[in-house]
Amino acid sequence: MSYARRAWIVLWKDLVSERRSKETLNALLFFALLLLFLFQFALGDDRERLKAALPGLLWLGFILSGLVGLGRAFLAERDHDCWEGLVLAPGDKSAIYLGKVAGNLLLMLVVEAVILVLFTVFFNVDVAGHLAALVAVVLLGTVGFAAVGTLFAAMTANVRAREVLFPVLLLPVLVPVLLGAVKATEAVMLGEPLGTVARWLQLLGAADVVYLTVGILTFDAVLEG
Amino acid sequence: MSRALGWLTALGLAAGLVLAFGVAPREEIQGNVQRIMYLHVPSVLVAYLAFAVVLVASVAYLARRSEAADRLAQASAEAGVLFTGITIASGAIWGKPTWGTWWTWDARLTSVAILFVMYLGYLLLRAMIEDRERAARYSAVLGIVAALDIPLVHFSVYWWRTLHQPPSIFKPGPSTMPPVFLVVLLVNLAAFTLLYAWFVTKRARLLRREHEVFA
Repeated sequence: MSYARRAWIVLWKDLVSERRSKETLNALLFFALLLLFLFQFALGDDRERLKAALPGLLWLGFILSGLVGLGRAFLAERDHDCWEGLVLAPGDKSAIYLGKVAGNLLLMLVVEAVILVLFTVFFNVDVAGHLAALVAVVLLGTVGFAAVGTLFAAMTANVRAREVLFPVLLLPVLVPVLLGAVKATEAVMLGEPLGTVARWLQLLGAADVVYLTVGILTFDAVLEG
Repeated sequence: MSRALGWLTALGLAAGLVLAFGVAPREEIQGNVQRIMYLHVPSVLVAYLAFAVVLVASVAYLARRSEAADRLAQASAEAGVLFTGITIASGAIWGKPTWGTWWTWDARLTSVAILFVMYLGYLLLRAMIEDRERAARYSAVLGIVAALDIPLVHFSVYWWRTLHQPPSIFKPGPSTMPPVFLVVLLVNLAAFTLLYAWFVTKRARLLRREHEVFA
């Protein structure tokens, strides 16, 4: 079986199980809606202040829902004793990692799209004008998030105090992605062309490459259990 | 060997203290507060050295699965966190009279703070896993991710904002620091590097004994 096919099978398995159980997605969408309430309560009715804080809030929404979603990435394997199945799968284990990353990426992108729509409706943000640039920034940021998040989720799946440890490990490592994504989103929402934030995009790209490479190279060691 | 290193460290630290308080002149603008630099700068440089050692030891562990590499990584991470803590504390003590505040979200302060929590997380992960072999593997992966993240953190936070005075030694062109200050600083740097090496050898040996007892 080819490498790409093995990655695809892992992705397909996750998609099917998610489609049938809708465990994670339903909860995450509800969670995203609740986050919106929280942001509104925290900032009040001041439109100006809300507008200035929007890029940060948007990514806070992505990060919080991502932490909840990614933390569950390997729970099915752990709870249903499929971990051995992954370990015993023939060939290069990094295919499993890439399949998992792809699945998490899709899940997060769906949630992020919904959060974005909710923001446009409830906070009256106009994203339609610069949607393409925004999508590029969100994609670059989310790939890095999913890459390192998937790796850490596999690491913390079998560890005591997993729920606490996962965000505690992930958040400091993700600071560059967060800063870059928020800064680039800020510029995009002000209607500036992507060229003005080229170095932030390069930083995001570099982070994506670094995290994916490390993940591919070290996932074998994580999977041993 | 370890004992000789210990004495050498004590000698170096004593020399560093004498030089920092006795030989180095009082800085004109900042006054005596400036002498904190002889503690502050060596500790941050040694902290970076420690995290680089964690990276190398982590790669070595994953490649060869040698327990010695794992012990080195753990000992070095602990020393690195300690020196990062010293950096932050001494910086705050210097910042209060100089900048008028203990802490500010300046670029370099922020990136060192992120480093601090990142490696605290590393130690936390180790502490949370009972199985030694698994703790070693996971920590090695985290040690690699964290070390490669350092340049990303550095650049992102630097572009985000900066207020810290620009580096005085590691920058292009001739140094603007008077030679006396530089010599005192370098002696302290050498002493701190020795202190780090001594800590790591002691800690690594302690870990080996610990493993032997529990094995």
